[in-house]
Amino acid sequence: MVKLQINGKTVEAREGEMLLAVMQRMGIEVPTQCHHEAIEPTGNCRLCMVEITKKNWDGWKKCVTSCLYPVEEGLIVETHNDKLFEIRKTILDLQLARSPHSDYVAKMASEYGLEKSSYPVEPQGDDCIMCYACTRICDVLGKSAIAPTMRGHEKIVAGPFGEAPPDCIGCLSCAFICPTDHIKWNDKGNTRTIWDKKFKLIKCKKCGKKTITREFADYLIEKRELPSEYFDTCDICKRQETADTMGALVVKAREATI
Amino acid sequence: MKIDSIAKLDKWRKEIQTKQKAIKTKILICLGPGCLAGGSDKILKEFQTILKKKKIKDVLVESVKKTGCHGFCARGPMVIIEPLGIFYSKVKKVHVKDIIEKTLQKGEIIEKLLYKDPDTDKIYKEWRKIPFYARQQKIALRNVGQIDPDEITDYIVNGGYSALAKILKGMKPDEVIDQVSKSGLRGRGGAGFSTGRKWVTCAKAEENPHYVLCNGDEGDPGAFMDRCIMEGDPHTVLEGMIICAYAVGSQEGYIYVREEYPLAVVNLQKAIDDARKFGLLGDNILGTDLCFDLKISKGGGAFVCGESSALMRSVAGEIGEPRAKYVRSVLKGLHDKPTVLNNVETFANIPVIIEKGADWFAAIGTKKSTGTKAFSLAGKIKNTGLIEVPMGIKLKEIIYDIGGGINDNRKFKAVQTGGPSGGCLPADKLDLEVDFDTLADNGSMMGSGGMVVMDDRTCMVDVSRYFLNFLVEESCGKCVPCREGLFQLHKLNEKICEGKGTEDELKLMENLSKTIISGSLCGLGQSGPNPFLSTIMYFRDEYEAHVKKQECPGGVCKKLITYKINDDCNGCMACLSVCAASAITGKKKEQHTIDEVKCDRCGACYAVCNINAIDII
Repeated sequence: MVKLQINGKTVEAREGEMLLAVMQRMGIEVPTQCHHEAIEPTGNCRLCMVEITKKNWDGWKKCVTSCLYPVEEGLIVETHNDKLFEIRKTILDLQLARSPHSDYVAKMASEYGLEKSSYPVEPQGDDCIMCYACTRICDVLGKSAIAPTMRGHEKIVAGPFGEAPPDCIGCLSCAFICPTDHIKWNDKGNTRTIWDKKFKLIKCKKCGKKTITREFADYLIEKRELPSEYFDTCDICKRQETADTMGALVVKAREATI
Repeated sequence: MKIDSIAKLDKWRKEIQTKQKAIKTKILICLGPGCLAGGSDKILKEFQTILKKKKIKDVLVESVKKTGCHGFCARGPMVIIEPLGIFYSKVKKVHVKDIIEKTLQKGEIIEKLLYKDPDTDKIYKEWRKIPFYARQQKIALRNVGQIDPDEITDYIVNGGYSALAKILKGMKPDEVIDQVSKSGLRGRGGAGFSTGRKWVTCAKAEENPHYVLCNGDEGDPGAFMDRCIMEGDPHTVLEGMIICAYAVGSQEGYIYVREEYPLAVVNLQKAIDDARKFGLLGDNILGTDLCFDLKISKGGGAFVCGESSALMRSVAGEIGEPRAKYVRSVLKGLHDKPTVLNNVETFANIPVIIEKGADWFAAIGTKKSTGTKAFSLAGKIKNTGLIEVPMGIKLKEIIYDIGGGINDNRKFKAVQTGGPSGGCLPADKLDLEVDFDTLADNGSMMGSGGMVVMDDRTCMVDVSRYFLNFLVEESCGKCVPCREGLFQLHKLNEKICEGKGTEDELKLMENLSKTIISGSLCGLGQSGPNPFLSTIMYFRDEYEAHVKKQECPGGVCKKLITYKINDDCNGCMACLSVCAASAITGKKKEQHTIDEVKCDRCGACYAVCNINAIDII
């Protein structure tokens, strides 16, 4: 365990724990966009920045992203001050110009008193805030079908060569994790479309309900070593089946005792 | 032939010496990037063809040597005849026959090919005496321009690999590190971190393996020092890296070179192959326990990959994006293992430090910045080229004594040091001593050593716009302050160039710069606003002229200037014939006029008029 000071309070934390986790445990709120418990931190949005120093640093302070900074013995952390407020406000101000149609950005920015951007707004700007949550969750799932491509202001998340990603299995994790709902998808009839790629949905053998994509099912069967017919029925029908089997067993057992 | 002992290396060196003694006269032909563009490869071929047919005393076909950059790019292509040091500049293929028949056969000097100082009209026969060379001191560049980079024998005969032999003969790894620390050598890539301290931390790191990386991803516009070392003396980089590997206990290394440097890649690969062939790389180097091998890792030319963490990710085959380094890369670098990453020039200094000792090196330069530094002089300066000078030399000495002053003897306005992330220093800073700390204290930085000189016809607002544009294009786009912040900063800067900026926007730019500096993830963003901040610090009046009066004092920003022909015009028609927009009209020997509407302000007429009959208003 290490001892450190956050906003004047002394706290204990596990070695290797990140500052943000400790702060959240203490109930300290800092804005975050790219942070998500399911994935590795990356420090893209810079909103969770805090100012740190140590007693022997002779008053020298530096700004670090708390999501990535591991706790250290004797660290003195400040989570809210004028400088940090200015950094967070400017970041959101810049995002307002880049993603003028995003409710998510607008809501966060309004908390900093920003109704409209101080910078020239890009009317064509999309809602992607480059938090990499989608690409990171795809990496965690072991597919890495999409990745950040291009550079700088032109950067986008896309499949290889800007085409439909061949490795995508249509699991929708990216769409669900996206904080701004930028990643669009739809299910029409037996077809799911995401990243310009079309997938066939599995139809439950019993009730006919559409479940997941064939590619996703095959991937799970392989990864988790499930029986190959596992996804032929939907969850509800599977539960029904289990109940039926269990019921039959109970009846049989009762008959045997009588 | 494997050189499997130090004794064998010494013996080999003596053998080469005897062999090379037979070649009394040497004709060195610079094949550096500048001279090559001027056709020096054709000059080399011409020499070889003629000498094959002709028999001249003391001159053989082997006398003709191709070398790396000799430095004086402004006077290229150049041919140097040693041992007399005769310096022929601006040589063309047609001159080769003359040089052979007159100079080599009869010992006559061809005066028209010699260097003539444009200010004093003094003619110099020997290159060492030319002011451009006389003020320099070469350590990292000691062999560049003197030896054939393809021949390992050339390197060895000039004392190559003797520093390696010295440490293997009787220095412990910590003694090597001790020498490097004592020498005070600081990283030549820009940040100026102590090389010794870096090595010590890596050597002490418990995790294994340790890696040695060389950063050859020089990407600053106008910088070509590392390129010239890699092209002109690749073995010195290798030797520096092998010594480092011995000191920090590494067996594997990489040289990261951008693919835009094809000759550097070829020459380094040849050097690696040769070193491996002779047992200077690989297992049991020189018959000792030292095992070290290295590979070239080619980069795609992204500026951000010069940043350490992005470089390491790129070497590992991942996307070249930086990551936050709260654990230093010397402890968790390539593949999360302890890694020493040094710049090409830093490694090139190592063999000399080992050979001549730390005290010798520390005596050169200033107390806190020891040794020498290579710079590439570019921009509006007479003597463009590659130089190496002791630290602590004044900016003035570099620009006027070595650089020969400003083109057309115009007025000096600013010098940009440290590449796009560096800063522009004005005329009253010319007395500054060039070292890591002085430059940083004055709002610029040493950087890797690019030096771009600007004259009074430069607009500093436009300079800021240019470099911000470069950084916007090179930002990796991972973090918000750099991706969106630099983009907006550039946009606002562009508005000022068009005369549409406001005073409020200037204030906004200054505030935005603060967030970009403290909020960005890596060095690119953290130093990104420097072009703007250093120009507004020293040239605020120019910004104000753009914003308040819609005027461009430098006469550069197209939207704010008009060209007008004055009464001095003699109707020579020169401007009329170069005008691509057909905006100039007038008869021969009569004053011309420019149609303001048609004129696209390219400045071609202004450049071509040699009687100053065109004004920029």
